[in-house]
Formats: sequence, C-alpha cells, structure tokens
Amino acid sequence: MIRANAETLLEVRGLCASVEGVAILKDMSLTVKRGEVHALMGPNGSGKSTFAKILAGHPAYQVTGGSATFEGVDLFALKPEERARAGVFLGFQYPIEIPGVANSQFLRLTYNTVQAQRGREELDPLEFDDLVREKMKLLEMNPDFLDRSVNEGFSGGEKKRNEILQMALLDPRLAVLDETDSGLDIDALRIVASGINALGTPDNAVLLVTHYQRLLNYIVPDYVHVMSAGRIIRTGGRELALELEARGYDWVSAASGAAAGAPA
Amino acid sequence: MSTPVAIAGGTATAAGDFLKRLLKGQTQALERAPDWFTRLRSAAVDRVGALKVPSMRDEEWRFTDIAPLTGRAFEPVQTAPTLSQADIARFNIEEATHRLVFVDGVFAPALSAGVDGPGLQVTTLAQALAVRTPGIEAHLGIHAGYQDQLFSALNTAFLRDGALVMVPPETAVAEPVHLLFIATRKDGAYHPRCLVSAAPGSAVTVVEDYVALTDEAYFTNAVTEIVVADNARVTHVRVQRESGAAFHIGRCAVSLGRAAAYRSVAVALGARISRLDHCVTQAGSGSECTLDALALIGARQIADTHSVIDHGQAHGTSRQLHKCIVGAAAQAVFNGKVLVRRGAQKTDSAQSSRNLLLSPKARVDTKPQLEIFADDVKCAHGATVGQLDADQVFYLQSRGLSEAAAKSLLTYAFGAEIIDRIPITTLKARLGEAVLANTAGTP
Repeated sequence: MIRANAETLLEVRGLCASVEGVAILKDMSLTVKRGEVHALMGPNGSGKSTFAKILAGHPAYQVTGGSATFEGVDLFALKPEERARAGVFLGFQYPIEIPGVANSQFLRLTYNTVQAQRGREELDPLEFDDLVREKMKLLEMNPDFLDRSVNEGFSGGEKKRNEILQMALLDPRLAVLDETDSGLDIDALRIVASGINALGTPDNAVLLVTHYQRLLNYIVPDYVHVMSAGRIIRTGGRELALELEARGYDWVSAASGAAAGAPA
Repeated sequence: MSTPVAIAGGTATAAGDFLKRLLKGQTQALERAPDWFTRLRSAAVDRVGALKVPSMRDEEWRFTDIAPLTGRAFEPVQTAPTLSQADIARFNIEEATHRLVFVDGVFAPALSAGVDGPGLQVTTLAQALAVRTPGIEAHLGIHAGYQDQLFSALNTAFLRDGALVMVPPETAVAEPVHLLFIATRKDGAYHPRCLVSAAPGSAVTVVEDYVALTDEAYFTNAVTEIVVADNARVTHVRVQRESGAAFHIGRCAVSLGRAAAYRSVAVALGARISRLDHCVTQAGSGSECTLDALALIGARQIADTHSVIDHGQAHGTSRQLHKCIVGAAAQAVFNGKVLVRRGAQKTDSAQSSRNLLLSPKARVDTKPQLEIFADDVKCAHGATVGQLDADQVFYLQSRGLSEAAAKSLLTYAFGAEIIDRIPITTLKARLGEAVLANTAGTP
C-alpha cells in the first residue's frame, strides 16, 4: 500500500557488486517505503537474486560501489546476523538443509536470538510450541514438520512454507523473498501467498523477487521493477507485470536499450 | 606369585623402560583363583616379555605416535581412594539399575548397585572366579587375543578383577547395565577388564564408561570381550571421556553367534591419546552388527580407531558410520577393515567414514580396508573429509545467529547423528550437552 508520508525503509543507490571478480550489479538503485509491496522481475542472469543475497549479506558477493541504508543505517556495515536482527529477512530461493538440527530447535533458537536482540521476551519450549503451531496453521503446515531436521527431505513446496514460517516468527521490517513461487503447485502457491499477505502491515514491506508474474496474481504489488544486466531498467505499477507476461522480457530490454543511460 | 619378565629389545630404550616400570608393580595374582586363570595370566606375562612396544614403524600404528605415552612413567595402582555417591553423581545413568563401579581399577562395592541379583548376573570377575561360576573360562582371554597384542597381553598379565555381565538364556533385560571406570590418580596405570556374555535368545544393553576425577595424565589400558550367542542381542555403548591429559588404549572384541545382533555406539571425547581396537567376528551365519562412532577432539588430542569386522559366515550384515570432529591441532585416525571370508556369501556390508575438520591444523587419516574372498557379496564404503558448509553457516546467520553460534550448532548437529543412536535417554542428553559444550566457541 502506497502512502504519501510513509517512512523510507530501504534506500539503495548506485549499487555495484561482483562475484569472483565478475560484475553482476551495475548501478542498481531502489527505494522501499513502509507498507509497500515491490516486485523485482527480470530474466535469468539479470542480477535479481544477487541483489537479494547482497541485502542479506551473503559472503560470496563483494560490494564494489554504491550504498544501501536500512532505516538510516549503513546495511553493508552490518554482519548478516545483525541485518536479520535489524529486521531484514531473506526468503531463500533454495532453502538450505541442515541434517541433525530439529526444525523446532532451529526455529526456537532463531526466534529467541532475535527476540533477545530486540529487547523482547524469549519463550520456553512450551510457550514457543504454542506460538509456532499457531503460525503453522496460517501456512496449513503439518505439525510433524517440527520434529524433522531443518528442510531435510522436504519437498520444494514444504521448504518454501518453512521459509514463510520463519518470516512469520522473525517478524521482519523488510522481507526479501527470492523466487518464493518457484517449485510451488497451484495450491501451495495460494497458501504461501495468503500467508505472505496475512503478514503485511503498514509498518513493514515486501520485496518479491520473481521471474514469473503468476505470484502477483495472489500478492498485488505496488511497484513492479524490471532488471536487466545488473540494474533496474523500468519501473511501473502492477500492469507492467501483466505486460511482461504477455510480451516477454525482450520487449522491455529492447525498449530500454534505446534509452540507455536514462535513470530508471 | 609375580613372574619376572624379560623385556624384548633390551632395557636401553624409553619404550623398554615404560614396560619395565609398569611391570615392576604387577599386582598379586588372585587368591582362590582356578588353575586355568593362573595359567592365562602367566601366558600373558610371557607374551609381554616377547612383544615389542608398538611404534609408527608398525603398520597398525603408522598414523599414531604413542611416544608421549611410552616415554612416561606410570605406576600400577594397588589401592584406590574412597569416593562417595556425591563425588560420582554426575556420571549417574538413572535408567541403569545395575551398576559396577571401579575406582582406579579397584572395585568399589559401596558405589555399585544391583550386584548379584537373580537372573541377570552383574558381578566382579574376582567374585565369580572365587565361587567357580561356570562359563568364564570359555571366553576370558579367548576373544581378545593377547598373543600378538602387547597392550592386551599387558592387561591380561595384570588380570585380577573386572566387570562380569552374564545374561541367562531367553532373558531380555530392559534396563541398561552401567560399567563405570573412574580414574583419580596422576601417573596411575590401570587395566580395566570386562566380560559380557549373552546366552542364546537373550538381550541386554551395556554401557562401558571411562571417566576421570582428575585433569592429570594417567594410563588406562582396557580390554573388553563380548560374546553374543545364537539369537541374542547386545547393545553396547562405549564412552571414553577420560581426562584431557590421559592415555587410553582399549580393545573390544566381540563374537557373534548364529543370527546374533550387536549394536554399538562408541563416543570418544577425552584423552590426550586414545586408541580403540574394535573387532567384531561373525562366527555364526546370519548375524548382524552396527558400529557407530563419534570422536570429538581438539587441542593436541589424538583419537585412533581401528575396527575389524570379520564376516566369517554367510548372510551376515554390517553397518558402520564413523564420524570425527577434529579441531585445533588434533588428529583423528580411522582404519576400518572389513574382511569377508571365503564362504561368507550374501554378506551385506556398508561402511562410511565422515570427518569434519574445524581448523587448518586439524588432521584426519581415514582408511577403509576391504578384504573380500567371497564372490556373492555386497560391500560398500565411502569416506568424506570436509569443513563446515558455508551455505549452512550463512543460512543460520541470515536468521539472526552469530557466526560462532551457527558454526557451533552445525558442529553439534554433525555429532548428534551418532549421539542420537544411544538408546538411553539420560546418557544421550548428558553426552549431547558435552558435545555442545565442546563445540561451543569453535573458531
């Protein structure tokens, strides 16, 4: 929801980044305010997943230029865990499996760590169990997820639900959801999308990184950005996603090629 | 009654001195012992005189330098301090109704429980020998051969007392039996001995537990023999949590009858240098064994496991998962031999060695050793050595855990796979805490 006087959460200016010496992001800029839903779209290799990982502090990527501030704080001065505690959440495209760590143990540990850092009350196992079961209902998750190792042997859809469950528990200001729709059948997509919608408030914001517009049938974005070759080349409203769906990415890339150098 | 011993290789070497000093205080032979027992001891004394102290020039010891052990003076322990229940409360396993406690190798009746009950027999070797309990001569010193193993010979030469667990036929014992060996004395040498005999159709769980009430160096030289008769089932949890300065040499020999089952979980946390020779012989057809192990070491610790699974009969199965977590400048050694003899057709064996190195100076030497003389068998093996997965660390960090907490949790999880296989709730929880404490704050 766009509000005229909403505070800025994330301000990215002229961001350049590389992985193993190869430049991926080239002059990327983006502003996200409280209450807004942004969709970051683009063809494979355009840099949208890289952007998501850089916001979370993935160590494989080097920031080579530009800035990112989160609620006025230099994001790049923070370690990944400090960003998480400050309220940045990355929903992974490929959630990581952690054999040997029970999902319930993992969820409670992360929840309590973040709660403590925010000066809020930690929960004992019984209290936490009540909370997590409540949140799991939102995502129509079977309680036996709690007893299994983190993401181990989960189907693609189960992993994505587990990501949104973590988002529900950690209560981020900015949720960056990387290809959350990939690997979901239509029922799972509906459930995950309604979970994300239910978590939206006027105080937080969502950045959906997605290749396809089908997720946007369920989560209506305020802004749609199209990335190409490491930067945003076009920004519009929801209708831009529909146009991309109908005409493909080549159309917008070609159109921006003609206007190369113009600010996004 | 002690027989004078001549040491092979002369007395000029440090290793020779090590043996000489050890043997100087050889304990008195047991009063009222049967003749066969006295003969066993003398034969072992003879072997000690003939065998050399192993060094890295020996194939079986090529990765493990025991010079810090053989270069030290240890004295056999004759008497032990009196401990109270409170002193050893933290080693208590609530589920275990039968417990034998040995302090510096000496039986402590006041700390023990459930001794000499009906049915299941949990007692000391000395007591059983004195009353001529049958069924000991056929096994004691038979399975853990001392003829060519110096440390087993040394243990047998000092044989005087030990733990005895005998399960009657067709008897399933629900509660675990706890055999607790406590070291308290600096520079002490002691030679714990266990014999577990499960009669046909019986089932029992035995915890063999080595602990310390000192941080000092001492020498534990343990030998355990486990006999699992036809259709019997033994679950064996072996815990080595000696002091960080101690030396622990152990041999565990297991013999399986027809359709017998042996499951073991061995956990090595302590000792400056530890070595376990774990040998399972499938003497009957259709028997099965599972050997799971975890070595979690840091500082300059060395933990060496040599296992031998001897498939001597057809239709045997074996499963082995050996894990090592190696930090600082520690070194883990694993040599897993699987022998499939001619005629042991339809053997199904799988071995996996998985190792986690936590520092650049940590080291692991792992070696599968398959010797197969039958042609219709299934034998798999594999080994991995690696560091913590960077993606897993980042995933946990992205959820708010510090890098140190993330690494600690992942290290714990690696070890927990083995700890979780211990079928005793309190021991599992206790060891889980110990693993967590040892992995916390890893670099």
